[in-house]
Amino acid sequence: MTMLPKIVLLVAALGLTACKNPDRYGANGPGGANGGAGAGYVDTNGLGDPSDPRSIAYFNQSVGDRVLFPIDQSTLTAEARGVLAGQASWLQTNKDYAIIVEGHADEQGTREYNLALGARRAAAVQDFLIAQGVAPSRMRTISYGKERPIEVCSDEACYSKNRRAVTVLSMGAGA
Amino acid sequence: MMTLTFPCKTGANRARHEGQSRPSKTPVKNEDSMTPIKSLTAALLLGLSSLVALPAQAELNIVIDSPVIEPMPFAVPDFIDEGGAGDYASNIARVVAADLAGTGLFIETPKDAYISRVTSFDAPIAYPDWQAINTQALITGAVQAGGDRIVVKFRLYDVASGQPLGDGLQFAGTPQSWRRMAHKVADAVYSRITGEGPYFDSRVVYVAESGPKNQRQKRLGVMDYDGANVQYLTDSSSIVLAPRFSPNGDRILFTSYASGFPAIYLVDVASLKTRNLGEVPGTMTFAPRFSPDGNTVVFSLEKGGNSDIYAMDVGSGQMSQLTNAPSIETSPSFSPDGSKIVFESDRSGSQQIYIMGAGGGEAVRVSGGKGRYSTPVWSPRGDMIAFTKQNEGRFHIGVMLTDGGEERLLTASFLDEGPTWAPNGRVIMFTRESAGASGQAGMMSVDISGRNLRQIPTEGPASDPSWSPLLP
Repeated sequence: MTMLPKIVLLVAALGLTACKNPDRYGANGPGGANGGAGAGYVDTNGLGDPSDPRSIAYFNQSVGDRVLFPIDQSTLTAEARGVLAGQASWLQTNKDYAIIVEGHADEQGTREYNLALGARRAAAVQDFLIAQGVAPSRMRTISYGKERPIEVCSDEACYSKNRRAVTVLSMGAGA
Repeated sequence: MMTLTFPCKTGANRARHEGQSRPSKTPVKNEDSMTPIKSLTAALLLGLSSLVALPAQAELNIVIDSPVIEPMPFAVPDFIDEGGAGDYASNIARVVAADLAGTGLFIETPKDAYISRVTSFDAPIAYPDWQAINTQALITGAVQAGGDRIVVKFRLYDVASGQPLGDGLQFAGTPQSWRRMAHKVADAVYSRITGEGPYFDSRVVYVAESGPKNQRQKRLGVMDYDGANVQYLTDSSSIVLAPRFSPNGDRILFTSYASGFPAIYLVDVASLKTRNLGEVPGTMTFAPRFSPDGNTVVFSLEKGGNSDIYAMDVGSGQMSQLTNAPSIETSPSFSPDGSKIVFESDRSGSQQIYIMGAGGGEAVRVSGGKGRYSTPVWSPRGDMIAFTKQNEGRFHIGVMLTDGGEERLLTASFLDEGPTWAPNGRVIMFTRESAGASGQAGMMSVDISGRNLRQIPTEGPASDPSWSPLLP
C-alpha cells in the first residue's frame, strides 16, 4: 500500500510541533498515552514529596489544584475564590513553576461549545490569579472541553467534578 | 419529480442512439471512454458513457416527501460476467442493493423468489416473470474485467410498464474502485426514481475513537458513506476533533492538540500534507469550516476566554474578525451561495442560532423554540439548517427553514450532536453517544423526514462525521 509512508509522514509532521507539549493526556504529553488511565490523573511520579511544601504534590493535595463550576457557568464561586487565593500565595512563594490552567466541561453540551466554555473557565482562573499578583508570563490556559472527564458516570455526581479548572504546574519553564 | 434520462456527468460522454427498437434487441456497443479524474483515495480512472437512449415511462416514481412511504420492491440479479468478472459480478450487485435498501425507500425482492434468470445483459426482459413476484424496479448489469480495469454497465427497467427507465450507463475504472462503480449505478437508479440528487458515491471523514472515557484516544478516519474503505489520516498521539471536508473533497480541516494547544489544521487528502493554519500564540482556534468556493475558512478564535468568529483566506493566511461580543460565538457554517454564515452564540444567555452576512455585521436570531440550539449546518440545497438541540435533558438533531420556521426534530437520545448533510440534502449523519462509564460514541444517519434512522457500521467507536461532496 502507498498509504503507509504517507501516514508516517503526517505523524512526523505533527510530531515536529509537539515539543514542549503541555497536553498531559496525549501520547506526546508528559502523562504519556497510558498515563492516568482509569483515574484520569497523571501518575504522581515526578511531582515530588507531598510533605515537602514546595513540591507540586503538596500544591495539588494541600493547596488544592482545582476549582469547580456550576452548570454552564464560568464565574468563580466563593469557595473557588478561596482555593485560588491559596494557589496565588503559594505560586508567589514558589516562583520557579510554570503554570497551565486547564478548563474542562461536563458531557452535557456540544463539543465546540464546551471547548469555548472550558476556555472561559480557564480564563476566569487565570484572571483571578493575575489579579492576586501571579505573573501573567508564567501562565497559559488550555481548554479540553468535554474531552477529558475525570469522572465517567453520567450523573450530576460526576458532572459536578468534571466542570473544573485545574492549575497544572511544571518545573523548569518558569520565570 | 422524475428524471427520464440520466444527465451525462463528464464531457467525454457519447450517447448512442441505436434505433427505436426495444433495448433487449439492441446490441450494445461498448463505447466506453476513459476520463482520468482525481479521487479521494488514489488516482483512479472512471469513465462514464451513455449506452442507449430510449424514451421511458414516468411510472416508476417515489416522492420522498410523502407522509407515508411504501418501500418500492426492486431486484438486482447478479451482474453478468462478460469476461474475467469473478466475484465482482455478484459483489457489485450486492452493493447496489445495499445502497438502495439502505435508504428505506426500496425493499429488495429476495433472490429465491426469482422466476426468471438474467443470463445475458442484452437478452429480452421477461417482464411477466418479474411482475409475478411484485418487483417494480429491475436492475440488470454486466461486468468485464481485465488487467487493471473493470467495466460495469447497467440498465434500469420499470417492470409494471415493461419499459426501460432511462439510458443504460457504463462505468470503467480500476478494480480497486469497484465499490465506487456500484455506488454510481445505485446513484443513477436512486436519482431516476426519486428525482433527488445522488449521494452514495461519497466519503465521510470522522474521528475514530478508542480507549476509556477519561482517556479517549482519537484519530481521523475517512470512509465511504456506508463505512467501507476506511483510511486513517492521523495516529492517536493527539486529540483530534470535528474534521470538515472542503467543498470539492480535496482537503480536510480539523482541530488538533498536536502542538499541545487546540488549533486548526488543514490536510491535503491526496498527499496527506498537513499544515497548521496560522496558530496565534495564547489563543485557541477551533470549529473550522470552508466557504463554498474553498478559498476561505471560518472558525472560532478564543482569546482571554472569549470566543469569536473569524475568517481566514486560505492562500494568504490573512484573517478578519466577523463577530465581536463577550459571548461565545462558534460553529459557523456558510450558506451554499457563500453570502451568509449561520452560527451559534450564547449572547442571549443560552446557545441559539444566528445568521449574519459573510463579512460579519448584524446577526439575526433564527432559533425560537424552547431549549438550546447549536452546531448549525446549512443544507447543500440552501433551504434548511440542521442543528443540535438540547431540551429537558435530551439531545435532538433537527432541521428548520433558514428563517427558523418549520422546526422538525428528527432524533432524541441521551446525546446526539453534530449533524452533517449528505450531498443531496436529503440525509443527515451525526454523532450519538451512550450514557455512563462505558458510554461510547457511534455515528447514525437519518432522513430529513425523520425516517430511516440507521447506525453507520464502523470498526470501533466513532464521532464527528463530515460528509464529502459527491465524488466526480
